[in-house]
Amino acid sequence: MGLILSRAAQWTSSCKLESAPLNEFLVTQVLNYVENFVSRHPQEAEHLFEEPLQWTTTLKKVDFKEDYVISAIGAKSLEKDSEGKPLLQYFPPFVSVRTISQLSKLLQLAADRKRQELQACLEENRDLIAKIVGQRLVNTPEENLSALELDIRVKLFILLKHIDEKILNKFVGEIAKQVKLLPAAVEEEVEFLKQYCTEGGKRLLKSLRYTSDYEFPNGCRAPPWRQLLGEICYVVIEPCDAEALYITCCSAGVFLNAGLDKEEDESLYERQGDFYEDMATLLKRVSPHFEKNVRKQYFVEQKPRKSIHVAHVDYEIEKAQPKTPEEREWEKVQQALYARKKREPCQRWRNLGVLSIFGSDEDLMMSAAEKKRLGSKTKVTMKVGLTAASSIGLTASQRRRSIVASLSEEHCSESSSESEEEEEQTERRPDTSTELQSEYWQVQKLVKYLKAADQTATVLVLCAMMDLDLMKEVIQLAILDLGGLELLLNLLDTTDIRSKIGSLKILAKISQNVIIRQTIVNMRGLQRMVNNLDLPVKELQALASETIAHVAKFRRARRTVRVHGGIRKLVKMLDCFHYSAKPGEDMEKNLEVARCGASALWSLSKSSKNKEAIRKAGGIPLLGLLLRSPYEKIAIPVVGTLQECASQKNYRVAIQNEGMVKDLVKNLSSDNEELQMLCASAIFKCAEDKLTRDLVRSHHGLQPLVSLLSKAENKQLLAAATGAIWKCSISMENVAIFQEYKALHMLIGLLTDQPEEVLVNVVGALGQFAQIQANKAAICNGGGIRALINLLNGTNQALLVNVAKAVGACATERDNVAIIDQLDGVRLVWSLLKNPNAEVQASAAWAICPCIENAKDAGEMVLFLIGGLKLIIQLLKSPSNEVLTSICAVIAKLAKDKEILGVLSDRGVVPLLAGLTNTTDDRLRCHLAEAIGHCCMWSSNRACFGDHGAVGLLVSYLESNDNLLLLNTTMALYQLSKDPNNIITMHEEGVVEPLVKLIASGTDEIQEFAAGCVRNIRLLVLANQRAIY
Amino acid sequence: MMEMTAKSKKLLHAQVEALLRKVEHFNKTEIENLILMFNTLMAEQVSRGRPANGLKRGKFRGVLQGTFEMTNAVMMDGVFRSFDKDGDGVIILEEWIRGLSVLLRGTLEEKIKHSFRVYDLNNDKYISKDEIFHMLKHSFIKWPSEEDPDEGIKDVVEITMKKMDLDHDGLLSYEDFEKSVLDENLFLQAFGPCLPEDTTIEKFEEVVFKEPEQ
Repeated sequence: MGLILSRAAQWTSSCKLESAPLNEFLVTQVLNYVENFVSRHPQEAEHLFEEPLQWTTTLKKVDFKEDYVISAIGAKSLEKDSEGKPLLQYFPPFVSVRTISQLSKLLQLAADRKRQELQACLEENRDLIAKIVGQRLVNTPEENLSALELDIRVKLFILLKHIDEKILNKFVGEIAKQVKLLPAAVEEEVEFLKQYCTEGGKRLLKSLRYTSDYEFPNGCRAPPWRQLLGEICYVVIEPCDAEALYITCCSAGVFLNAGLDKEEDESLYERQGDFYEDMATLLKRVSPHFEKNVRKQYFVEQKPRKSIHVAHVDYEIEKAQPKTPEEREWEKVQQALYARKKREPCQRWRNLGVLSIFGSDEDLMMSAAEKKRLGSKTKVTMKVGLTAASSIGLTASQRRRSIVASLSEEHCSESSSESEEEEEQTERRPDTSTELQSEYWQVQKLVKYLKAADQTATVLVLCAMMDLDLMKEVIQLAILDLGGLELLLNLLDTTDIRSKIGSLKILAKISQNVIIRQTIVNMRGLQRMVNNLDLPVKELQALASETIAHVAKFRRARRTVRVHGGIRKLVKMLDCFHYSAKPGEDMEKNLEVARCGASALWSLSKSSKNKEAIRKAGGIPLLGLLLRSPYEKIAIPVVGTLQECASQKNYRVAIQNEGMVKDLVKNLSSDNEELQMLCASAIFKCAEDKLTRDLVRSHHGLQPLVSLLSKAENKQLLAAATGAIWKCSISMENVAIFQEYKALHMLIGLLTDQPEEVLVNVVGALGQFAQIQANKAAICNGGGIRALINLLNGTNQALLVNVAKAVGACATERDNVAIIDQLDGVRLVWSLLKNPNAEVQASAAWAICPCIENAKDAGEMVLFLIGGLKLIIQLLKSPSNEVLTSICAVIAKLAKDKEILGVLSDRGVVPLLAGLTNTTDDRLRCHLAEAIGHCCMWSSNRACFGDHGAVGLLVSYLESNDNLLLLNTTMALYQLSKDPNNIITMHEEGVVEPLVKLIASGTDEIQEFAAGCVRNIRLLVLANQRAIY
Repeated sequence: MMEMTAKSKKLLHAQVEALLRKVEHFNKTEIENLILMFNTLMAEQVSRGRPANGLKRGKFRGVLQGTFEMTNAVMMDGVFRSFDKDGDGVIILEEWIRGLSVLLRGTLEEKIKHSFRVYDLNNDKYISKDEIFHMLKHSFIKWPSEEDPDEGIKDVVEITMKKMDLDHDGLLSYEDFEKSVLDENLFLQAFGPCLPEDTTIEKFEEVVFKEPEQ
């Protein structure tokens, strides 16, 4: 954090961090790293600082909880160093800490003030790193460090430096985003483009002019009141192949405006399209002619201009020259135009010392190919922006995260998870040129030999290459850039087995690099690997599939493997028990082949078409067979594939029918956390089905799931385990068993400080547990309800759905509603009705029902919610039946309160309900009839329902066999029959016959309502007769 | 197959029985077939003067080239040396059967021993840099004409030696070689092809090991 503090952060004169967005960004980044540091590097986190970090804290004595001893003067931690000194000491207003883990604990204590704390810490410890690892180490030259690496202090130092560098890289991107257009830059571009408005072959545009000739002293042409909005000037451009474009240039970029108003001849300022960073980019988008011709010409004709320093360099190098993130294919033009604009960030970057990382002049030494790649890379960087910046090393964990993230992968389509993966490449590698030198030459030499060598020498050169540190990005990319990758892939087409094996051994390693992966796909590498899968050489098969497993991390790659018949071959490789003549060595080789095959299938199974292909190739029974084998290392890819595929129904059925649940349960108790996680995740996905839930129980899988809850450190595992518990607890028998193992208590404990993917599942499970009477009180008393209600403030929709369900389940207990209301829970649940997601709306409405029912004074509670009833009425127009059903249920509850019913009636609830009566959805009918019945209690509502045609349709509901529906319908009809006109309608619809039948057969209540209704009809008939005679 | 007299049948039977006890990896029929092949080769061998008591270098090279698809002269001489245990310049029946048992069915360890003997050109139990250079000197086939290929080869020899010479004495002993191969199987034929390919073996066995027609 040395670099960022000294170079990147902006300081005020009093040594405080300015409250600038960039500083905030920095603090957030540092905060992230500190918070994750303990889990990632537990050992280093415990390392004692050379000097304690001390700062003025806002924490109070009361903030220090269990792990601290509180005394009259302050507090100190229970944790002590070897000399018995506490690792954290607090003497108000100062606090000093001596390990990273203490620092991170303290930040946790600070809760919502943690940013403030960290900022204070950074401000008062400008020489942070020196304090942590000692000044001497900081001054040690880089090259001496590696010799010392065993020392934990050195490791810590190197780690911190890495983090420093990472944050810095992200920071650079952040600055780049803030670059603004300046009037001068715009003017330059206009002048530049004007050159190409001439007649003739190189014409790009018909004309280009400003709307105003007057230029303000500040270089702007926009009227002053528009300048306030950052607008600089307006330009009219006529492209050769489109209508005139009216363009606004403002500091944030350029965009199309509404054009000229004929009468007033003044620009209409409204923005019509997207922002572009300059006019050329915009033109390129709207005018194909411009785009087509501009490439041809600019690069041929571009004349050196005063401000351009690169105009003479040829195109290839040019393309990748300045590695600024705002670079596009367009940079030539930009460079010409925005030399001034560019110099702005550049100055800043130079301060940061990053320019050398991104390459400047010394880059010219690199080959053109390297340039090209860097160019394309930065392009992508800029497209996806900073948000996705994630390190390449994270792929495995990303994969795991995506596993548990969504159960319904079918719906969210493959592309969602895949685009994420393609974004991996945004991470900019920090290769410095010194590092590059020796290893680069080494690779270059070997590639040269490889080109010349015959079979024997090829193998020797490949062996030499394997001795390089192939996991190092510099080397990976050197192999790529120097043409080594192509040679390696070409070897796969030869007949020499040993060369192929050597080549694949290298490919298997370097293909962990994203850029290499993509290049392999582009060079038809996957086809060649697939071709080698069915050669009868086991080592070759294993290596080829291992490499495929690495490469098939993005959709295009996965598709390629499928299209070239790779899946069939890989599935065949799983069949290792089939042709095993000799046990022993042979078996081991077969298993290794199967393991690699399964790994490849695991990667491939992220695409839904591939899941299908695996099934068609007969993969499921083979996977089941391997799952039963006692070899743990093979179980991981097998379960990985299965749980990935379990998003499809076919697989879930097969997992159930082929007896795989038993093996999944068995592996829950493995010592390998990854395997446990995958098994839990598979159960998570499969336990939607009742039979599977029962199988998990009968194979004693519930207890191991509960014991996984104690592994709070491994969040992926926790997410999968809680997910499995959630789905399994849909069966009440399972809840009872979970109870025996105290799962409820543990789940409540997981309601705070967990990532969302864990919370969703925990809350889902609590919702299920709360179906049991005793648990409702337990959740409320155990502090669970407070945590749940806090979660209602979140934004994650899946989480909100579950929280609403859980709160609703708790609210079915009368005493709990008072607590929920007191914690403002009712208002929060109600406000979820505003959420755009239908599922959230519905679950909120369902949760509201018991709240109303069990409230002491529902009327007061609801009328207090301003706009609450309006929301209810609005949702009666929802297109979702589930929402409509739940809202009808809410209305039925609400209408029991006269005052509320009055308001609802005023807001037109009757016509809306009547309009829904033509539905065919029985659940909706049921709650709708109930709502109608209860709404009859207000003045003219009965007649009003009749006027809107609800009565006749209600009669048709009597054809159903559903008792609840019949009850609600007869109740509604009974209420409606108090209006004579409704009786006439009912009679016309032939209501008497079904009613009479119900009097004979229905439950007591139904009989009563049906009889009441018939009575009303009869009374009307009698009255009529009396009137006649 | 030529007609056999009762006597020669008896002799054959005795040879088979004797070899069966001495050589691993083969069954009776297989040994029998290999003996017949040996006899055929012997009969084809044109000999001036006193008939040789075994296969001579030239004939043996013919077999390696024709049957096992080896082409490199240095390697073929090496394989001859590996077969010719007693170093008498001819391969007698037992050497023939033993050698083939390694080539066709040998365990990794047997193959390592074989390769080492092939690569130890001067039979001094060590492979030196010069020997390696000698074996590899024609391995750069597409070298830029303006550069000296020997430089590159020497570098490859240097790199390989550095990797395989585990005791750093500048020579590859059998132990060095064995450990290197066990660590990385690709080194088994590090300095040239001296074992037949799997497909070749398959073809050979198909032809030679077919059940004798009754």
